Amino acid sequence: MTATDMNAAGLRRDERLERLKLFGLSSPAILLVLVILVIPVGWLFYVSFIGADGTFSMENYERMVKRKSYARIFRTTFEVSLLTTALCILIGYPLAYFMSQLPNRIANLCLITVLLPFWTSLLVRTYAWLVLLQKKGLVNNWAINLGLWDEPIKIVHNLNGTLIGMVHIMLPFLVLPTYGAMKAIDRDYLKAAANMGASPARAFWTVFFPLSTPGLFAGALMVFVLCLGFFVTPAVLGGGKVIMVSMKIVSNIELFVNWGAASALGVVLLVLTVVVLWIASRFLKLEQMTGGGH
Amino acid sequence: MKIKTTTALVAGLLATTAMAADKSVTIASWGGSYQEAQSKALFEPAAANTGIEVKQETYGGMSDVRLQVSSGQVTLDIVASGSGSAARAAAEGLLEPLDYDVIDVSNFYPTLYSEYCVGGDVFSTVYAWNTDTFGDDGPQSWADFFDVEKFPGKRAYRGKVAGALEPAIMADGVAPEDVYEVLGSEEGIERALNKIRELKPHIDVFWTSGAQHAQLMKDGEVDMTTGWNGRFDNAKKDGANVAYSFNQALLDYDCFAIPKGAPNKDVAMEFLNEISKPEYQDDLPKYITYGPTNKAAYDTGEITAEVAAGLPSSPDNAAMQVPVSLEWYAEWETIAAEMYQEMLTE
Repeated sequence: MTATDMNAAGLRRDERLERLKLFGLSSPAILLVLVILVIPVGWLFYVSFIGADGTFSMENYERMVKRKSYARIFRTTFEVSLLTTALCILIGYPLAYFMSQLPNRIANLCLITVLLPFWTSLLVRTYAWLVLLQKKGLVNNWAINLGLWDEPIKIVHNLNGTLIGMVHIMLPFLVLPTYGAMKAIDRDYLKAAANMGASPARAFWTVFFPLSTPGLFAGALMVFVLCLGFFVTPAVLGGGKVIMVSMKIVSNIELFVNWGAASALGVVLLVLTVVVLWIASRFLKLEQMTGGGH
Repeated sequence: MKIKTTTALVAGLLATTAMAADKSVTIASWGGSYQEAQSKALFEPAAANTGIEVKQETYGGMSDVRLQVSSGQVTLDIVASGSGSAARAAAEGLLEPLDYDVIDVSNFYPTLYSEYCVGGDVFSTVYAWNTDTFGDDGPQSWADFFDVEKFPGKRAYRGKVAGALEPAIMADGVAPEDVYEVLGSEEGIERALNKIRELKPHIDVFWTSGAQHAQLMKDGEVDMTTGWNGRFDNAKKDGANVAYSFNQALLDYDCFAIPKGAPNKDVAMEFLNEISKPEYQDDLPKYITYGPTNKAAYDTGEITAEVAAGLPSSPDNAAMQVPVSLEWYAEWETIAAEMYQEMLTE
């Protein structure tokens, strides 16, 4: 055995030892994920195949095919989530850009105002919107007093009200990662672009925007996935006409005598969410979103 | 440290149960002003008179009972429930049969108790209207409620099927006494749904709770709604311009049941007998406009003629209403609820 061979063997041994240590260190986290995620989801999956009579059955899934309302509820869920995400991008991206251009002290102040709603209960904010937007609410009263419109208009108890409430709640989830990504962009790139003769708009779209997308996509994906499971806001602001999957899960628990009817809905929503994430990962580099690798 | 505290806690709990072991019951109800009324009129005075210690809890309905019974960890002795959900829970085998040798129901309305649930109060699903929009002479029947030409204005309607099909089928011309016969088939249910589909463009909100439909009327968000009479009276007390009628209303009741395997089953029976007595039931209307289930409560003099005239269960009011059929709900609610959701999501 030569000296190099011995060296290589020693290095391999060190590597193995380090991996083992790393595994040892991460095992509590792995155990936690196993106990609070994998096992319950597996149980959910199992229960969804148990019929009303307690035996194996596909009836919970057959019902979703037979009744058209299930497909409509899933469509509403994805529509509302997509629209909320789109609106969050439209409002949140310019806001994050604006903040990223400000001097740090003022930007921090802005950041606090973005975060402030985060510290108020979701339920309180949702009911606050109801009070503001209803027929004889503040918005309609002011608008009529100012002469903007004559008759109270319907802003809440429909899709509009639901979207207003959800965008308000979801906005910080989009702004924060986007702002973080923007702050990390080296200003010298933009100067270099200008030096090479790019107009400010061109420099923004070819240099700044692409560099900010990992943050934007991370935020958008987070908003979209969180929206899929929304319950309170559509239930309160949708007027009973915007029915999302989580609301149907609750009504199925009340309605059917077994947990399976509700579990099956949970399974389908989970599978659809995973499919969305998988498609997203084909087009976007998911690992970039966590801040690793550029 | 933590284990020590827990042990101490358990020991403490054991000690208290041991002390009160002879007579104690745990009652779960819906909370809010409703449970407050029950507590003041029924639970507290009955506890004082019998020496039975009463522990009160709030709960989320029969799904909680289902969880307790199926896991074998029953802690509740008595639960307050809607009559329909109690009937379904009974059919599932979640409830103990009540012993009517212990619980005296000789003066009860015969439709207000069943093998598994004894009535606690009577309420009505009514139509209510905004008196600013329609004055005191609002809609006089369900046909009027569904008539948007005669009574133009925005409606609110229940987001669940319970109490939603009967009004529609009556508005479609079915006589009150034939309601459940007509609804006893998918075609009949579809007929009621079609009537609601007609009205749907004028329904702004499908409400999901009593607090919600009261608030909708208080804020003037809609001009007319279906809902539970007691909530409208409370809204009126708070200054809402709302009136309602008992004509063609759905007469329903809340009841008390004992979960299967309740730890103090026998004491629970005894306690149910106590709170079913007229001397407690006649106090209930002081706290909420729901009527007693025991007819004798009207004879004690506690309920004045004026108060009685406003209660759902007073003979005059009861005569113009449709009693809710528990048999129909036991047989059709699940199917009807799915069909109702079809209509809602269209």
